Amino acid sequence: MNWLPTLGVAALLAVAGYAALFVAPTERTMGLIQRIFYFHVPSAWTAFVAFFVAFVANIAYLLRRAPKWDWLGVSAAEVGLAFCTVVLVTGPIWARPVWGIWWTWDARLTSTFVLWVLYVSYLLLRTLISEPERRAVASAVFGIFAFLDVPLVYMSIRLWRTQHPQPVIAGGRGSGLDPRMWQVFLTCWAALLALMVLLLVQRYRLEALRREVEEMAIEGERRNTRAS
Amino acid sequence: MSIGRATTIILAKELRAEFRTRELLNTTIVFVLMVVVLFSFTFDPTASESRRFAPGLLWLAFLFAGSLMLHPSFTREQANDTLAALRLAPIEPIAILLGKVLANFLFLMLAEILLLPIFAVLYDVHVLPALGRLLLVFLLGTLGLTTTGTVFSAVASQARMRELLLPLLLLPILTPVLIASTEATAGLLADPPELSSTWVSLLAAFDIVFLTATWLFGEYLLEE
Repeated sequence: MNWLPTLGVAALLAVAGYAALFVAPTERTMGLIQRIFYFHVPSAWTAFVAFFVAFVANIAYLLRRAPKWDWLGVSAAEVGLAFCTVVLVTGPIWARPVWGIWWTWDARLTSTFVLWVLYVSYLLLRTLISEPERRAVASAVFGIFAFLDVPLVYMSIRLWRTQHPQPVIAGGRGSGLDPRMWQVFLTCWAALLALMVLLLVQRYRLEALRREVEEMAIEGERRNTRAS
Repeated sequence: MSIGRATTIILAKELRAEFRTRELLNTTIVFVLMVVVLFSFTFDPTASESRRFAPGLLWLAFLFAGSLMLHPSFTREQANDTLAALRLAPIEPIAILLGKVLANFLFLMLAEILLLPIFAVLYDVHVLPALGRLLLVFLLGTLGLTTTGTVFSAVASQARMRELLLPLLLLPILTPVLIASTEATAGLLADPPELSSTWVSLLAAFDIVFLTATWLFGEYLLEE
C-alpha cells in the first residue's frame, strides 16, 4: 500500500493548485501574479517546520546516539532545503513584475538566502566525512549552531536594512487577508506540509537503506581480508 | 581538577606553543594587511566616501583571517596525535575546547590591535577619539568569531577538504557578527563617534548564544 499516501498527497496538491488558481479572488493591484503567494509563503513555513525537525533530531542524536536521529536529521534538512529552494525561486518570479527587479537585498530575502547557504553547507559537510559516527556527531553540532543562528541572522539583517532607506519597499502584503484567500492559503499549506511529511518518510527510508548497504560493504570487506 | 584550572592549563599550553614560533600571528597579520591593500585597488581609497567602506572591509579581512587561522587549532593536534593525549588527561573535555577558544581569541585580538593603527593610517580614519569603545566592539566581535570558529575547526578537522570547508561553514554563520561589528565600528569612526547599543547588544547576544551552545554540545566533538 505504498502508493496510497503518495496518491493522497498528489490529490491534495491538485486541490491546492486548483484553489490557488481558480477559487482565490484575484488581488486588486498585483493581479494574477499574486497567486504565486499561495505556494511561496506556505513553502517558507514548511521549510521552517522541516528545519525545526532537523534541529530537534540533531539534539536528540547527541543525547541518545541512536542512528535513527541522524537519519531523521539529514532527511529533514534535505527536505527543508528543497522547500527553501522553492521559496527562493518563486520569490523572484513574483518580484520581477511587481517590484520590477528579480532580487532586492531586503531583510527577508537576504536572511532566507543565508538560511539556504547554511543548510547547503550542512549537507556538504556530510558528504566530506566518511566515518558514519563522526559524520553524525559533527553534522549534528553544526546543524544545531546553524539553527540557532537563524534568528540572529534575521534580526541583524532587519535592523541593518531598516536603518538604511530602501529603494524598493512597495509590494508588501497588507496586514489583512480576504477570508477566502485565507482558506486557500491554509489549504495550500496543508498540502505542502503533507508533501513534506511524505518526502521526509521516503528520504528517511532511503537513508536507512543506504546505511544498511554501507554496513554490508564494510562487513564484506572484513570477510575478504580475513579470507585472504 | 576544576574546569577553570584545566582551561587555564590548556590556554597556557596553546600560548606557549604559539609564542615559540609566532607562526600563526605573523601569518595572520600579513594576511590581513594584504587583504586591506588589495581592497584599495577595487575603489578609490582617497575619496572621502570610501571611508564609509573602511569598517566593512576591515571586518571582512578579520573574518577571512579568522576562517583561515582557526584551522590549525585542531589539525596541528592531529598531525602529532596530541589530541588523543589531551583526551586521556583527567580533565573535563570541555576545558580543551574552552582553552582553545580563549587562546584563539587572544591571538586574533592581538593581531587586530596591532593592525588597527596601520589601518587607521592607510584609510585615514580617526580611531583615537573612541579607542576604548572600539576595543569593546573588537572584543565582542572577535569573541563570537573565535567561539564558533574554534568549534567549527574541530568539525572541519574530521572532514576531507578541510581547508576549504572551514570558511564555508564559518562565514555564513558569522553574518550577524559581520553586520553588527561593521555597523558599530562605522558609528565609532564617524564624527562625533557614537556607540550604538543595538549593535553591541546583538554582538553580546551572539556571544552568549554560541558560548552556551559550545558549553552544551562542544565536547561531543572531542570524543573518539
